Amino acid sequence: MVIIYGPGRISMADEFFFLTELLGLKVYDLKGRRLGLVKDAVIVPLIHPARVDRFLVGGGWAWLTVRHDQIRSISLDGIYLKDEQLTPYHSDEYMLRLVRDLLDQQIIDGQGRKVVRVTDVTFKIQHEDNGDVLSILDIDIGLRSMLRRLVHGVVPPRWIRRVQTVIPPHSIRWEHCSILEADPQRRLRLNISNKILERMHPADLADIVEDLSPDDREAIFETMDSEVAAETLSEMEPDVQASILESLETEKAADIVEEMSAHEAADVLAELEEKTSEEILEEMEQEPKEEVEELLEYHEHSAGGLMNTEYIALPEDVTVAGAMDALRAHEEILENLNTLFLVDAGDQLKGSVPLARLFTATGATPLRELAAEPLLHVDVEERQDRITELFDKYNLLTLPVIDSEGKLAGVITADEVISLLREK
Amino acid sequence: MGPGIITANVDNDSGGILTYSQAGAKYGYLPLWTLIPITLLLIVTQEMCSRMGAVTGKGLSDLIREEFGLRTTFFMMIALVLTNFTNVIAEFAGIASSLELFHISRYISVPICAVAVWFLVVRGNYRSAEKIFLAACCLYVTYIVSAFLLKPDWKQAAIYSVKPILMFDTDYITMLIAMVGTSIAPWMQFYLQSAIVEKGITAKEYVQSRLEVVVGCIITDVVAFFIIVSCATAIWSHGPKDINDAADAAVALKPFGNYAYLLFSAGLFNASFFAACILPLSTVFTVCEGLGFESGVDKRFHEAPEFYWLYTLLVGLGAGVILWPNFPLVRMILASQVLNGVLLPFVLIYMVLLINKKGLMKEWTNSAMYNTVAWVSVAIMIGLTLALASITVKQMMQADATPVRSAPVAQVKSVPQVKSYDPGRHALKADVRESHIAHLIRQTFGIGKFAD
Repeated sequence: MVIIYGPGRISMADEFFFLTELLGLKVYDLKGRRLGLVKDAVIVPLIHPARVDRFLVGGGWAWLTVRHDQIRSISLDGIYLKDEQLTPYHSDEYMLRLVRDLLDQQIIDGQGRKVVRVTDVTFKIQHEDNGDVLSILDIDIGLRSMLRRLVHGVVPPRWIRRVQTVIPPHSIRWEHCSILEADPQRRLRLNISNKILERMHPADLADIVEDLSPDDREAIFETMDSEVAAETLSEMEPDVQASILESLETEKAADIVEEMSAHEAADVLAELEEKTSEEILEEMEQEPKEEVEELLEYHEHSAGGLMNTEYIALPEDVTVAGAMDALRAHEEILENLNTLFLVDAGDQLKGSVPLARLFTATGATPLRELAAEPLLHVDVEERQDRITELFDKYNLLTLPVIDSEGKLAGVITADEVISLLREK
Repeated sequence: MGPGIITANVDNDSGGILTYSQAGAKYGYLPLWTLIPITLLLIVTQEMCSRMGAVTGKGLSDLIREEFGLRTTFFMMIALVLTNFTNVIAEFAGIASSLELFHISRYISVPICAVAVWFLVVRGNYRSAEKIFLAACCLYVTYIVSAFLLKPDWKQAAIYSVKPILMFDTDYITMLIAMVGTSIAPWMQFYLQSAIVEKGITAKEYVQSRLEVVVGCIITDVVAFFIIVSCATAIWSHGPKDINDAADAAVALKPFGNYAYLLFSAGLFNASFFAACILPLSTVFTVCEGLGFESGVDKRFHEAPEFYWLYTLLVGLGAGVILWPNFPLVRMILASQVLNGVLLPFVLIYMVLLINKKGLMKEWTNSAMYNTVAWVSVAIMIGLTLALASITVKQMMQADATPVRSAPVAQVKSVPQVKSYDPGRHALKADVRESHIAHLIRQTFGIGKFAD
């Protein structure tokens, strides 16, 4: 079935139904006697991601459960059953109750990349041979659904359907929505995956997660793939990073920190309380741990605190062809690489070569001849403002940092300087 | 500087300064007794808000929406926007009247300040400006100094600080509602909770914030105490008087001689401008949060149109109303605080219901003492509002009984000033004189028949 998406489609009135209209709808048995009113609708994501599995009907003392296969027809006039064997309602953890768990709550709109509040739910009605079936089509936000909810019960539903068409609809397809649930057990039972979130750009995801409550944040990070979690965390404000890592299990926090680049990991750990950051370091693998610990030694606002250790240093007598081989071997850091460094046998910094110059030189050219003049570098103790000044003056993209013995210790990149300036 | 202290300082905005001045100028030391219960209630409400913010990580309107649904939220937001709109007007009125002391026309000061507020918040660097505002809040110290220099009757002040006096009189009840409304303004509860959430304070770090909130509340009311005492000594002791413009209120600082106007004007201007930056923005955030619109000054206009429209309307109309010829600045400020007081119990009801939800607050729900204070306050505030309404209606019915033409405006205005006023004696006597505040409220809501 082709669904036409846009203002026109709501006019096909019979095909659609709103949660607002469903609530309070009368339910009739086989003989046309009124059993009660619809109080809530339930989907069971493990069985079907969108189909309304059960209706909760209130009448008398207790609520009753109506299964989807017990229904003959659903319309604005009411719900007519074809089977009267109803069971009393009892809550179970596998059901997502639309009114209780979804309506008026926040969800993540995976396509619009933001957190939104659910105002109404649009269902699609399928008239199948043995009865009508409702499944969730859209989550409604915005003014149209707001009007519908505000005047429902005051104005007849058919009028509302007609009047609301003047306001453009604002909805999100159900398959692009990711619901929020802080309880990890219940996340499993409701079959909530982080697929939608993990497909987003880490920077967008970071913005979204920053908007959420601490419990929801924790739940997402606890269940998210560590690599994506690390990328997302890198994009966040330092205080939020700290509060997230502190809320996670130490083991999970260590997994995430391992996935981060060493200097970002060091920045995050420096934000944490001493005890927490030690616990996390304790849980980390030996190699990333040592790298991070080394960086943690430096003062946060010095060159050492700003630099990262992802760079390529080559022997000073290497040729262009040799350099190309080295690059092929380190594909994982190519994306952000724009400079190669030359060091002598004692790791002393001897030159820096802009990557682009490799492409115009012949394979036999020694890299030394391509080096940029003058060779700029700073000491690990250098102050921040001096570094930004150098970047500005020489229009740098990278700046090598050397330790007290003149050895190459790391590099500062322009994006780090931009973040620094934005903080001011 | 945390949210608690900032909120405390915004609390003494133009509405605060003038309401307390009016209370002191008109009733002397009499209203001082209200400060202790007000402080208690202020601490209780603000502590509740910050606790909810810290534990749930959500704003107050978010929680109302999630727990009580769209319709409740919608009507709450309508009431809040209307009340806050009068408060925005009051802030611009504060700006206008503070500068009029220096003969700067409101037709110049208000438009410039409105544009300045808009740009400072939307495009400028509000965070840095906030530090200046906070520093300038030290101007309140002038009231403390002034109170001591004026040599007030400390004995009376002490007695009336603990001796509750109730009068069944429109003016007095109006003033009580306004004093509660200005100290515990509904919008501040929304603002404080969002500020706590924004700052990322969690339940664990909450203890420190609680202390800050309590200190903030006490500062607010200490300032209030000295404003009332100064006005009582400088104005009321020479004959009870209504505050009609900023010059009247500036008299409270007369020990500073020629600088009194300057100090008063600077203090009032800073308070008004500070609140004019925070109040409309906080209102719009609250509404957008509750109704689920995109919000934030980091968003572009087309990303958050509702946010920008509402913000611009609040600032634009709030300032625009002031430019109405002969707009009664000070009266508007006082009336807006009464509206605050009327809305407060409804906000409180939802707060108490929310904070007692186990599912939401876990082990952080209210203690019995808190609930008692909150419910008693709700009952008192609703009681006061009903009393005010019933007196006003009764007076209106009396006024309606006489032909409209025989009640010209002049007659209402010519009601003589109250003679020498001994609070002890008059306390017992109901004074049902038409008050200018009640008069204004009626006019504002169009329920009186005064225009002839």
